[in-house]
Amino acid sequence: MARVMDADDVDRAIRRIAHEVLEKNRGSDEVVLLGIQTRGVPLAERLAIVLEEIEGKPVAWGSLDIGMYRDDLDRRPKRALGATEIPAALGGMTVVLVDDVLYTGRTIRAALDALADLGRPNRVQLAALVDRGHRELPIRPDYVGKNVPTSSSERVTVRLAERDGTDEVVIEAREDA
Amino acid sequence: MNHFLTIEGLTRDALTGLLDDADEFVEVLHRPIPKVPALRGKTVATMFFEPSTRTKMSFEKAAKALSADTMSFSPGTSSLSKGESLKDTVLTIKAMGTDAMVVRHTATGAPWRIAEWIEQPVLNGGDGAHQHPTQALLDALTIRQRFGTLDGLKIGIVGDIRHSRVARSDTQAFAALGANVTMIAPRTLLPVVPEVFPAAVTEDIDDVLSDLDVVYVLRVQAERGGASVFPSLAEYTSRYGITKERFDRLSPEAIVLHPGPMNRGVEIEGVVADDPRALILDQVFNGVAVRMAVLFRLLGGEDDE
Repeated sequence: MARVMDADDVDRAIRRIAHEVLEKNRGSDEVVLLGIQTRGVPLAERLAIVLEEIEGKPVAWGSLDIGMYRDDLDRRPKRALGATEIPAALGGMTVVLVDDVLYTGRTIRAALDALADLGRPNRVQLAALVDRGHRELPIRPDYVGKNVPTSSSERVTVRLAERDGTDEVVIEAREDA
Repeated sequence: MNHFLTIEGLTRDALTGLLDDADEFVEVLHRPIPKVPALRGKTVATMFFEPSTRTKMSFEKAAKALSADTMSFSPGTSSLSKGESLKDTVLTIKAMGTDAMVVRHTATGAPWRIAEWIEQPVLNGGDGAHQHPTQALLDALTIRQRFGTLDGLKIGIVGDIRHSRVARSDTQAFAALGANVTMIAPRTLLPVVPEVFPAAVTEDIDDVLSDLDVVYVLRVQAERGGASVFPSLAEYTSRYGITKERFDRLSPEAIVLHPGPMNRGVEIEGVVADDPRALILDQVFNGVAVRMAVLFRLLGGEDDE
């Protein structure tokens, strides 16, 4: 097991991404953050808090569960559906999807399908705490906390204090590999 | 979960998990485009060997909102009237290619029998006077939406409990979710062995009315012999009907549910059925969401991985 980010690294990455979001979108007025269930949701909330600190006004944030949109439902374990909470009408807005790990891109494809059913934002951007490569679809992130080159026999685990009691990103060998 | 046949034996956690998923499908059904691709490419067959409008349409709407295709079977126009056996009918429809079967049958246990013949999931859409598990889920969801929980609620189920699969499934679900259930009926309409129900019993509705959070009004089922076990409909109404006068004696927070179809003026007075605290159309709406939750659970992924 190798730890590639500790709590301070995670915090610094979120702060940097917040500044990049503001720079790219010239402020936060039209920004809606949507965290992808499950660990994208606390990340979106933290990003919203930092954005509010910097800009002095609240930023709309919510959650998106893509369980109903996966194209590989047959090959995945069943998981209870998480909440989808859209905080504001998406028409005309810039949606920033927030996820913990960007890997094959299939989660993001499903999230884009879900978004299309929920409204028509002007722009969709993607923020990921970790980009581990191995994309299977033409999807790229706009904001990355850390690029972590991995082998597909490894597993990247993001732990966040809200759910796991601590903040860290570790690389482990897959048990089944 | 390979099939969805009965409420009996489902734990509080299992029921809560299904209701939580149903909450998410309620959100989907409120969207401008109330449809998700979760079950694209799957086919759901609805096989109703007993007449039904709402349950069959509700399952079909649920399947379609999940992007599944549907096939339906109704006995009046089928080979059953030419003498085909149930098993041959089931195997024929299976051979056409179906990923799940929703079954309603007048015979108790028919869905279990069918589940022995095919490997695809079977959903019980109501068997005889035995079980109607998706009805219990939609009722529990409707109550939970209003009160936040069923834990500690006092729920009275009024009417023809003996002949009612709804009463059986609902009592089991409500009790598993922590509610205190009272069965209210004349002795001839109570279960023969009331002790097997996780519920209290009374023959006097006026005794318990003001304590109830939920009044669940069952339909007088003439087709199951209901009319022969009390002297007259008028007497039934005067002793057990939810009249305006009884409705006014309920606590102001209490709600009224009915599984439909209603006999207005018999078990429920028209003005009560139309009151905002009668959530009968909410029940119908929620029926689609809970059926989506069950179909999604059965068809939306592999169990062990």
